[in-house]
Amino acid sequence: MNTLPQHAIHERHGAHFAPFAGWTMPIRYPLGVKGEHLHTRNQAGLFDVSHMRNLEVSGADAAGLLARLCPYLPHDQAVGTAKYTFFLNEQAGILDDLIVTRLSDDRFLVVANAANADGDQRHLEAHAQGLNVTIKHVPRTFVALQGPAAEAALAHAGLDLQHLAFMDATETDSGWFASRTGYTGEDGFEIGIPNDQAAAFLEALLEDTRVELAGLGARDSLRLEAALPLHGHDIDPDVTPLEAGLVWAIPKTIRSGGDYLGAAALTAIREAGKPRARAAFLPEGKAPVREGVRVLTDEGRDVGVITSGGFSPVLERPIALALVRHQPDLGPLHAELRGRRIPLTPTKPPFVPHRFKR
Amino acid sequence: MPDTYFTSEHEWIRVEGDTGTVGVTNHAQEELGDVVYIELPEVGTHFSKGDDVVVIESVKAASEAYAPVDGEILDVNTALEDAPETVNADAEGEGWMFKIKIDDASQLEGLMDRDAYEASVS
Repeated sequence: MNTLPQHAIHERHGAHFAPFAGWTMPIRYPLGVKGEHLHTRNQAGLFDVSHMRNLEVSGADAAGLLARLCPYLPHDQAVGTAKYTFFLNEQAGILDDLIVTRLSDDRFLVVANAANADGDQRHLEAHAQGLNVTIKHVPRTFVALQGPAAEAALAHAGLDLQHLAFMDATETDSGWFASRTGYTGEDGFEIGIPNDQAAAFLEALLEDTRVELAGLGARDSLRLEAALPLHGHDIDPDVTPLEAGLVWAIPKTIRSGGDYLGAAALTAIREAGKPRARAAFLPEGKAPVREGVRVLTDEGRDVGVITSGGFSPVLERPIALALVRHQPDLGPLHAELRGRRIPLTPTKPPFVPHRFKR
Repeated sequence: MPDTYFTSEHEWIRVEGDTGTVGVTNHAQEELGDVVYIELPEVGTHFSKGDDVVVIESVKAASEAYAPVDGEILDVNTALEDAPETVNADAEGEGWMFKIKIDDASQLEGLMDRDAYEASVS
């Protein structure tokens, strides 16, 4: 089991730990999931996401390698910007979702989900054979500071990032990385810090009353309110970006007929029609309808499954994402929960509006 | 002075005559985190020891409270339906979940007293 480089800080701040994707992770702190969630929406939550792997892809063929593996246009990506993209398999299923930042002309940072990190790195290395590309794992402390007070709290701790707009990125110092990104739906930043400088920086942030530590529990409830997909749950190697409602991340010119891995399958599915589509639901009543619960029509026909479901601390009601058969006339849908029929009202995601600083 | 017993599944049962009042322990509510939803049983239902009686949902996960003894549900704490957070605030008081008519008092002998329970979770 891997331990976060700043484990001692979390321990000192009363974290409850649990294993996640091979790491001992802080799930929550004494404030509790709900408190951490609301604090992030109202001020700023500090998440240690050092379990996510930082991979530096560099060399003359770096953009070419990424253009082959990801359905976006790395050659056109401006230096100092980050893109949300994926690794696809031949069937256009999502192997992982990623943030790829162009650090310089021939240097990219790929941030991968912990559970897929080994596979992602092998995938890059396998396809880098014969190319002028180096793939380097950069172990460091990686944190997200999310919420409306994030910019001010970082400035107070000595890191002025107000010049960054949403999805901008910069290297502030040797070994440091900062981008105006995150996975909560709030304005905020993700920051890479050399391990030997991280404790002092995090403690400086935590002295600020606007900042509270937040664990994986709040991270999950925040991203669900923002209707952001979680790999291994809402998306996986059997789900395509078309079905997942993530086609916005693929530039229009290569949605059909691109030459990245999975392009042919994606083109074929676009022509034939996607078999399933993502849906967002407000389950009636107070009971959370969680992952794995089936989605049924009035006649009891099984047409889908809840992929993420929980309780929204902001809306104070259950919310859920699902994958449902792509068919216009399914009629009213419900979930069956402990023998009771829970009507599912479709809604337009996100459940809580995004507040990115564009 | 009523006797209170504890289960290894983190319920408490306070016994007065042949009626037991049941809830989850303070330790359990700490582990659960913020409780957002409670589904209570119907009054009149009979449960066997170990059956799921109450669904407890926190922000993060679903769990259950079990019947500590065999018996029929006499009353439920409907206040929890509108204020499930009471389980966090006062698990062993206002956060009680149901009252059960104890079929066989000898089943209580297999449960723990407070000292034994506290030792088991420390």
